[in-house]
Amino acid sequence: MSASLNPSVEIQNVTKRFGDVAAVDGVSLSIAPGEFFALLGPSGCGKTTLLRLIAGFEEPDAGTIRIQGSDVTRVPPHRRPVNMVFQHYALFPHLTVEENVAFGMRYKDLPRTGQAARVAEALALVRLTGYEKRRSDQLSGGQRQRVALARALVLGPQVLLLDEPLAALDPNLRKEVQVELKSLQRSLGITFVFVTHDRQEALAMSDRIAVMNGGKVEQVGSPVQVFEAPETEFVARFLGATNVFTAEVRRQEDGLLSLQLPDGTEFSIPDPGPPRLRREPLRFVVRPEKLALRAVPVPSEISLAVTVEDRVYHGASTEWTVRDARGERYAVFAQNAGLAGDALPFSPGSPAFLGWDARHSVMLRES
Amino acid sequence: MRRSGRSAYPLLLPTWLVLGIFFLVPLFLMLAVSFAERGTYGGIKPVGDLGAYVRSGEFLGNYARSLGGIYLKIGWRSLWMAVLTTVLCLAVSFPIAYYLALLAPRRWKGLLLGLVVVPFWTSFLIRTYAWMFILRTEGLINLVLLGTGLFHHPLEILYTQTAVMIGLVYGELPFMILPLYASLEKLDRSLLEAASDLGAGSSQRLWRVTVPLSMPGIVAGTVLVFIPSLGQFVVSDLLGGARGMLLGNLIQNQFAVARNKPFGSALAFELTAAVLLLLVAYAVYARRRGGEELL
Amino acid sequence: MNSNWHRRLLAAHTALVYLFLYAPIAILVVFSFNAARQTAFWEGFTLDWYRRLLGNALLFRSVRNSLVVAGITTAVAVLLGTPAALALARHEFRGKRATQALLYLPVIIPEVVLGAALVTFFGAVELRLSLWTVVIAHVVFSVSYVAIVVRARLAGLDPSLEEAARDLGAGPVETFRRVTLPLAAPGIVASALLVFTLSIDDYVITSFVAGVGATTLPLHIYSMLKVGVTPEVNAVSTLLLAGTVVLIVVAHRLLSSETGDPK
Repeated sequence: MSASLNPSVEIQNVTKRFGDVAAVDGVSLSIAPGEFFALLGPSGCGKTTLLRLIAGFEEPDAGTIRIQGSDVTRVPPHRRPVNMVFQHYALFPHLTVEENVAFGMRYKDLPRTGQAARVAEALALVRLTGYEKRRSDQLSGGQRQRVALARALVLGPQVLLLDEPLAALDPNLRKEVQVELKSLQRSLGITFVFVTHDRQEALAMSDRIAVMNGGKVEQVGSPVQVFEAPETEFVARFLGATNVFTAEVRRQEDGLLSLQLPDGTEFSIPDPGPPRLRREPLRFVVRPEKLALRAVPVPSEISLAVTVEDRVYHGASTEWTVRDARGERYAVFAQNAGLAGDALPFSPGSPAFLGWDARHSVMLRES
Repeated sequence: MRRSGRSAYPLLLPTWLVLGIFFLVPLFLMLAVSFAERGTYGGIKPVGDLGAYVRSGEFLGNYARSLGGIYLKIGWRSLWMAVLTTVLCLAVSFPIAYYLALLAPRRWKGLLLGLVVVPFWTSFLIRTYAWMFILRTEGLINLVLLGTGLFHHPLEILYTQTAVMIGLVYGELPFMILPLYASLEKLDRSLLEAASDLGAGSSQRLWRVTVPLSMPGIVAGTVLVFIPSLGQFVVSDLLGGARGMLLGNLIQNQFAVARNKPFGSALAFELTAAVLLLLVAYAVYARRRGGEELL
Repeated sequence: MNSNWHRRLLAAHTALVYLFLYAPIAILVVFSFNAARQTAFWEGFTLDWYRRLLGNALLFRSVRNSLVVAGITTAVAVLLGTPAALALARHEFRGKRATQALLYLPVIIPEVVLGAALVTFFGAVELRLSLWTVVIAHVVFSVSYVAIVVRARLAGLDPSLEEAARDLGAGPVETFRRVTLPLAAPGIVASALLVFTLSIDDYVITSFVAGVGATTLPLHIYSMLKVGVTPEVNAVSTLLLAGTVVLIVVAHRLLSSETGDPK
């Protein structure tokens, strides 16, 4: 019971500076046992540094890191109960597959006799039985990745750290490996902390995602939460919600927030958020697939008069770029389910109305 | 892993000590000696009043002496020989490096490159001696020339500047070919095709694309050939004899024969200064270029 | 297109350069078997000059001296230079640039200068010239070569290999023993061979610092050369070249059979 009370990994106010740059800046996170946790962000956001702090390759300038309840902040990497799959796998080129997998065994208090069996078991787990005597340069990218996985898993870590483990694979293989990794994690029941810059990967595989930017965590939540309800403009844009609107607060009463768009349109949305000032400017996003292009405004929707600027036809869907009277551009992502005949409904230059359900306006916190 | 700096010091300490005691101290000692005067028996004349000695300007006597007469002439000759060696090496090496990097059949490339590297491993002394054997009056060249009947007297090649030149180019050639090859190898062939496509003829391609892009190799090769040529001792001694004396021989002579350590030290410092100046220029070039250092 | 013509011209030039590089050595070897003493005429095959070398006790002593110097130099240089290379490749520290400059200097400074500086120093500290002063002089330039070559090898290695070892439970010493050292080994071997040959081959610096009775092979050969060109010198040269070839072949074998070094 007590194990479930302790988070698998707990990071408190951790800061790591390189020179004047804070690569990780006051980050706090708590990762539950058995969770598939993604650190998502663009390159340079600090996600890899955070992973390396957990592994012990970097020492934080401030803050503490606990793994399964014990403080490991000053513990060197070889004494931490975590193992890592490196971005380029870091397989020892002078050792065979088998020797690679067995590398860490001698540092575990295990009976010598059981070791060979465990190595064989780990290789079977990643479907590499028969490859024992190969060297890493005789393996494909996918096979190398699996050796790296076996090498870490054979030590029975409670937390597995993965640094962009799919980035070096060719795109066709990636989808397949995503599914494999996910099911492996489920069957082993251990915690995976996974660094990626690929939002699709993070959404498809994780239980929770921490979106990072500039050394800070912008938002932590389930894939649906960060995707549908981004809290900051950065999270919204990073996950593809690029339509940022500005509005002014008119009223806030009975859990309803009334807003006015610059063109005078007023609408209300349920808002349990903090008290707002009258006329306070607010920003919100609407995902491109939640916007629709209309020839005439639909009464149940919020409508904004726009001009169609450009369109890219993808077959199953069409991506539109439109501009409002103030020159702001918005992206609309429309499924072509209703499309019939040989023409798209709007052409560049034609006037249209941007419509969306008020509920799909997601208020942003200023980061 | 970014490791803390302190743990690097124990790893470096032995090397620092060895190079400090047996390299830096000797160099500074020699610098000090170069300001002294030769004693009666080949030692160093003790300086009575250091202040007076410095004020009188006598401490620069060795340097002043080195800038006159025969010594200046030897200095200029060394410089000129080094320049000529470098230019000749460059002229000979560029086509072969170009061939090896861009034209040579793939399966021969390894072997051909290996054959350029082998001289690095073979004795410089013996490679120089080989030319003594060939160039001397009774040597192979004269044998052939006399044999043709065109010449009735053997040519005196050994112990001339020509012989020194041949020996220098022979000895330094691999040091030019390899860096040139390294930078030509990196040359993207499609750039040459693009140049043709844009209307450049073959000589324009060479001067406007190939040469500018292989500049790092040219500069590195120049440094690698020029420096040893400038301080050369063996080649000029064996192939040049008394007439081929270069700065290196002059310095050695001051220590071994003339027993004038102060003067020899001053000459050695002038040579060192010239070399360091060249290296600083190279470092500036390399940094401006932003590329990797080839040395 | 006249590219074919260009190609042939360049190939011909290349062939001539190889001839220029190798013909003198080949001639030397051939004439070491020539019966004629004075001229370059071929007067029949003989092994006489080699036989004469066998009786040359001074030559054998110089070979022994050279081997002793090169052996000690190589061992010391590897022991000093490898940790230095490790520090330079894997650590950030104050004085790194200065240390690099210090390591390049002995390689780049003219040999005559190094020899002169050392003999001045040995004189000043009243260290009598001997075989040991030769070893010291050789170590000075050899450390640099080892540090530079090994460091280049380490720089080419993915630092995450060492991190992976730490991650898998190996402490710093174990990581060095099981990962860093085996992976740096080709660089260490290569630098050791390089330093060994440079030491065996050095004439200029040695000529300044060798004491009485510390005649090395190059010093011996040089004195033979100064006396005059003789077939014995050809024979010594040929033997030395043969030794070099053996060394190169061994080095090549060692380095290309090294594991984990995808070409």
